Amino acid sequence: MSEQQTFLLDNEEIPFNPGETIMQAAKAAGKYIPHLCWHPEFKPHGSCKLCTVKVNGRFGSSCTMQATAGITVENRTTELDDKRRTLLQMLFIEGNHFCPSCEKSGNCLLQATAYDLGMMSPHFDHFYPDRPVDASHPDVLLDFNRCILCSLCVQASELADKKFVFNMGGRGMRGRKIIINSESGKLGDTNFSVDDRAASICPVGVILKKRVGFAVPYGERKYDKAPASVVEVAK
Amino acid sequence: MNDQNTLSTLQAVLSRHGNDGTRLMQILRETQEALGWLSPATLTAVAKTIGWPRAKVEGTAAFYSFFHTRPRGKYCVLWSDNITDRMLGNRDLMQAMCEKLWLEPGRLSEDGLVSVNTTSCTGMCDQGPALLVNYRAITRMDMARVEQMVELIRSETPLDQWPAEWFRVEDNVRRADILLSGNFVPGSALRAAVARATADGTTASNDRSVKESLPRGLVGPTAMLDEMRLSNLRGRGGAGFSTRLKWEACRNAPLKDGQTRIVVCNADEGEPGTFKDRVLLSAHADLVFEGMTVAAYAIGATKGFVYLRGEYRYLLEPLNEVLARRRQANLLGKNILGLSGADFDIEIHLGAGAYVCGEESALIESLEGKPGRPRIRPPFPVTNGYLDQPTIVNNVETFASTAMIALNGGEWFSKIGTKQSTGTKILSVSGDVLRPGLYEYPFGVTIQQVLDDAGAKGCVQGVQVSGPSGITLSADELERRIAFEDTPTAGAMMVFDCSRDMFEVAHNFAHFFAHESCGFCTPCRVGTQIVARLMDKLATNHGSQYDISELFKMHRLMQGASHCGLGNTACNSIFDTLNKFKPAYERRLKSLDFEPAFDLDAALSEARQMTGRDDAGAHLSNELSHVETSR
Repeated sequence: MSEQQTFLLDNEEIPFNPGETIMQAAKAAGKYIPHLCWHPEFKPHGSCKLCTVKVNGRFGSSCTMQATAGITVENRTTELDDKRRTLLQMLFIEGNHFCPSCEKSGNCLLQATAYDLGMMSPHFDHFYPDRPVDASHPDVLLDFNRCILCSLCVQASELADKKFVFNMGGRGMRGRKIIINSESGKLGDTNFSVDDRAASICPVGVILKKRVGFAVPYGERKYDKAPASVVEVAK
Repeated sequence: MNDQNTLSTLQAVLSRHGNDGTRLMQILRETQEALGWLSPATLTAVAKTIGWPRAKVEGTAAFYSFFHTRPRGKYCVLWSDNITDRMLGNRDLMQAMCEKLWLEPGRLSEDGLVSVNTTSCTGMCDQGPALLVNYRAITRMDMARVEQMVELIRSETPLDQWPAEWFRVEDNVRRADILLSGNFVPGSALRAAVARATADGTTASNDRSVKESLPRGLVGPTAMLDEMRLSNLRGRGGAGFSTRLKWEACRNAPLKDGQTRIVVCNADEGEPGTFKDRVLLSAHADLVFEGMTVAAYAIGATKGFVYLRGEYRYLLEPLNEVLARRRQANLLGKNILGLSGADFDIEIHLGAGAYVCGEESALIESLEGKPGRPRIRPPFPVTNGYLDQPTIVNNVETFASTAMIALNGGEWFSKIGTKQSTGTKILSVSGDVLRPGLYEYPFGVTIQQVLDDAGAKGCVQGVQVSGPSGITLSADELERRIAFEDTPTAGAMMVFDCSRDMFEVAHNFAHFFAHESCGFCTPCRVGTQIVARLMDKLATNHGSQYDISELFKMHRLMQGASHCGLGNTACNSIFDTLNKFKPAYERRLKSLDFEPAFDLDAALSEARQMTGRDDAGAHLSNELSHVETSR
């Protein structure tokens, strides 16, 4: 048995197994690196960039970078958390996020991360995009106003459900959106099921199960009980 | 899809491509060329035949600017909108065209006949204003041509009956050196490369490359790699990575069963202001193809692609003719030059209007029929490239240089240029010069020398080197040299005289990046939009010092956190112009502290449009009314 390899994360030694990413090793050690598009069950996507860290002085995404022995990783520094708050603000103003009326409030990773990092205002001017909802499916509502383009539903439907109901399509801010796998573009015309893994993967409030809204009242939800920095590293 | 003709057209395209989903880009392009647009039913039929989820096919179709998933006009006019086109008056011409056609830009006419819009630089900066009509390039637009074109569109005259002169694309080679001088004999470089092998080294490259640790210098491919080492050739796409190191990494990458190594020529040339690859491919295609074949010989590849940008669609047939000729001459195909097992062929893949595909991993995604989204790296293409096979992606000019190295040797090449930047560089010069066109110099030439040769008009205010993602030089930096160790460049050089507004240069580039961002990562997708809006705010004289601070902040964020080079470089010209041409910004500031972005008067524009009013009484203040007209 060779000696346990380690790297430095904010001056603390973090052990890791060969092949693990910085994010995986940090989570195993109970260290929170803010993230939105990363999920332990799926391949890292590397798009939200919340998990940007500095490795030996250079920026990189901790969800895609492999841990290597002896590297120095900066995570919760003023500089990086400033950038993360800006990225969060950019995600908020890009879509239409009205937390007080959102069914996902309290269970939303975007909201919880913004609270945790102390994002006090949206800062930028809102874009107010026009994103129609899709209520065609009998059991599931899609509210694209809240989409942060993390692609977790795409991965879950393709890899866990073997259905490929969703794809990420279009280009740029105006074009990029979820594409539904039907000629009509409606979820009701696909084989999507409320029991699919993809139906419960959305970190924000896009994929909502019908007729079960507000079953748990505000104040008693996941991130009401503990902040994202605790919930997201819980075993 | 009830029309039998439509169906058979589609099936013909699909079977020509073996119903192979990795060929989706070509399938969609050819289908659109035949049917006009890609209807929902067409996409469903394509998905069914190639066996892909429909959403995946739609994902590709929706990514590229040149694919139409909504009905397109019989005539689709796209004005090239680089800053050089603007300097040549494209906006006035386009507006005149729209007025004559009773059209709003971007809207399809009610009879479905025509749409007029802008597109990113089409690579005709030395002969603009340029445009594309149904994706065919037209150069040197002027008001007389606009008037004539409007008549041809109204009378629904087919494109092949339009004046041939309009479609003429000039090479405009103003200074030629080793690449552009044009006396290359097809096959000569390959023969020279093979001749360097000793007698026992004539076994073909792909026989050998599976065995990895051959002694150096014994055989043809390694002899060629030695020449590459001596040449010190660095990539001409701008980054300047050692070509030899890239090739060796690919050659040494293990192959899985059924795999081959791949040679890709990056002819996406999307950087606004660059047009050298267009000329290399139209006038020196043999040089480029031969360089690719030499590379295949050196690394043991059997398959090659040229990824040609969609704007250069008109080059497809001529290039395919050159390829056919080379096959006949046994310079491509099986047992090239009679070497047993030396098999290599090249295929042209067309892009469809996406600048980001110039990034090598995005280009490979596109070659595989997917949206051009840069991959997470590592792994790098040299080990896991096209369909997970070891792949080299090099610029057109890199391959042209490779052919010359094979012909004359690496030592000969290394004596041209500077120590760290060997060989020559082709510069695409446009803007305020008397003789725009191509200038090939040994590396180390000063900017001033290029300007003198090109006939810079009057006083020079600034020079944009290497396109919007490059560097903006001011008048006191013209003694700088073109070299990787001084001013690296992919080849573009746009010249601005003292009458130009350097803010407008950066403003144009900001919109270019906002249009071309692939949208994958947050900093680039949202950041390029925020930057474009901040620049719009400044352009309409609503900005303040606060907005300038915001621009710097976005630059710092995007430069570090973006997924690929597009986002990392998107604010370069803003950063440079803010530092070097500050007055161009300051004279636009409304106040020195803060101005809200929300503009009350602009918010009334819709009401004005609906009521058909634009008089003083319909505006909140006269001071603001010019905002409308300048937009």
